[in-house]
Amino acid sequence: MATEALGWLGVPLAIAAGTMRGGTPFLFVSLGECLTEKSGKINLGLEGTLLMGAMTAYAVSYLTGSPWLGVIAAGLSGMVLGFIHAWLTQQPRVNDVAVGIAMIIFGSGLAFFLGKPFIQPKAPPLPTLDLGGWSTLPALQSALKISPLFLLGAALAPLMMWFFKSTRWGLFIRAVGDSPDAARAMGVSIKKVRMLCIIGGSFLAGIGGASLSLYYPGIWSERISSGQGLMAVALVIFAHWQPMQCLYASLLFGGAQSLGPALQSVGITQGYYLFNAAPYVLTLLIMIITCSPKRTVSGAPGALGASN
Amino acid sequence: MMFNSSRWRTTLEAISLPIAALLFSLVLFGIFCALAGANPFAVYASIYKAAFGNWRSFQNTLIRAAPLMLTALCTALPARLGLIIIGNEGALVVGGIGAVAAGLALQGAPPTLVQIGMALAGLICGGLWIGAVGALRHYRGVNETISSLLLNYIAIALLNHLVSGPMKDPTSLNKPSTYPIPDVDMLGKIPGTRVHYGLIYGLIACVIAYFLIQRTTFGFAARTAGGNIRAARIAGLPVGKLTMAICFLAGSCAGLAGMVEVAAVQGRANESLNANYGYSGILVAFIARHNPLAATLVAVLVGGILASGGILQRVHNLPDATVLVFQGLVFLVVMYSESLYGRLPIFKERSQVSGSPATATV
Repeated sequence: MATEALGWLGVPLAIAAGTMRGGTPFLFVSLGECLTEKSGKINLGLEGTLLMGAMTAYAVSYLTGSPWLGVIAAGLSGMVLGFIHAWLTQQPRVNDVAVGIAMIIFGSGLAFFLGKPFIQPKAPPLPTLDLGGWSTLPALQSALKISPLFLLGAALAPLMMWFFKSTRWGLFIRAVGDSPDAARAMGVSIKKVRMLCIIGGSFLAGIGGASLSLYYPGIWSERISSGQGLMAVALVIFAHWQPMQCLYASLLFGGAQSLGPALQSVGITQGYYLFNAAPYVLTLLIMIITCSPKRTVSGAPGALGASN
Repeated sequence: MMFNSSRWRTTLEAISLPIAALLFSLVLFGIFCALAGANPFAVYASIYKAAFGNWRSFQNTLIRAAPLMLTALCTALPARLGLIIIGNEGALVVGGIGAVAAGLALQGAPPTLVQIGMALAGLICGGLWIGAVGALRHYRGVNETISSLLLNYIAIALLNHLVSGPMKDPTSLNKPSTYPIPDVDMLGKIPGTRVHYGLIYGLIACVIAYFLIQRTTFGFAARTAGGNIRAARIAGLPVGKLTMAICFLAGSCAGLAGMVEVAAVQGRANESLNANYGYSGILVAFIARHNPLAATLVAVLVGGILASGGILQRVHNLPDATVLVFQGLVFLVVMYSESLYGRLPIFKERSQVSGSPATATV
């Protein structure tokens, strides 16, 4: 192993590399969830969307030979699932969270069903930008292989922040999420805005799935997602519904996720599974610290999770 | 009561809408199978045959229904308090670990004692696991859906850690497991069948849960708090204690399911414990609309769907995820059917005139 040459230094390096690799799916899903929740709806089903995106991206990349086509197809497949979620949650007395659970089962079932033939073959992965060419250390070189998808996501975060803050459409979305009555008075169609936000959010979550199957770990299997879609929901709360903070939080979660494998690479296998649980424990701790029974978390959209 | 003559239309609605939802999802599933290249009617016939076709296959269904009844309560009980808890899988796994630990520790004691010990360990471990979710909800305002889901992953990591390290049987090579529970200590079969006693546990737990929720002051307090938490606080109900008690009971049911899986089916704890009974249990609870008695019947139906997974693979060449797609479809259609209550003219109560207390709530 290359990391062995670096000894203990390999651990922080592997974690740093992991922040970008492992953080990319978190980033896209959390931005998608952020967009959805800003309009006042929760989409817990993004876990299913993520799996569907991963499968679609891998299958399309394998069948056409073009990974970028796979990324687009992943986003589109996410939009289809998003449409189902949006339509169902806008029926009277239908609970968003329960529909989300149903969408996790349906989306993952569909992804495993359609993805069965693609577990064996090898699909062309996305090209990476090799920024580590100047170094002779192979570990550093592989750590600096940065995916254009990560850069895209990192650019999307400030863009989304600007969108919410300074554009007319961003204002509409915030109004629908914070106070639907005011939005109605402005003449905005709440249904339409929420529908578009959920579909848009699912598009991003689908691309997050593409980053799993075409970038890191770069394979398609039924165990490819380890709950990133669900953790993204908690991550958005942690990020106080601000896109830029979603970016930082995603990097943190990506780093936590690479703790287990990084320690394993220097020979610490004791408690490997426990270290793998680090992102979940971290999420739970963050929620315990940031939540409070007395007040809602600052930055929460006013109408979030309210019934129709 | 159930057969109150003036409200028979509401009762009829509560029975026929879920059945209609199941039938409609069966149609959608047929279309899905047809698109996948399988003959839908042959698929229906196979599912029926594998689930309810003969006594032998029906016993298979019942074996699967047993843990489903128990895990369904893990979602159904907190739902009466207005909480959506989906940590069924984690509580089941933790209950299974506890049961194995107790079973191995008590080895040599009279079998009945060992079984009681395993059941208690499963109940307590699962109960504390979900009880913690309730405590976090009450004291820290942590969203119970997300925290219980995270705990699923943590429980599975814990299981993997224990069976590959501290509790590992060195002879279990390709599938790390704990030491097996001796055959004498295993839960027996109901006489004359291949079905283990876990089914009885499930039925008893569902009946107890029904009476607890519908017929006791504790259940009344829980339903009141679920309906309007502020009103419950003003009325002086101990909302925090109720939350934690209900969550503990819910988790202990799922923990008992883990004990049943370990002590009646697997004989040891390993990754097979994490066989998605928890997630299917959520589906059972929602189809049954969180009614514990209805959950027993729904658990048999969903158990039948699970039992048909093998035959769909062998006869129709459909991947094993087909069962998951079917469950997802049922879940989505059932969710949609929620919006139809009170909207279909045939189920409207005609005897109810305006001015009745029901209309005064808005």
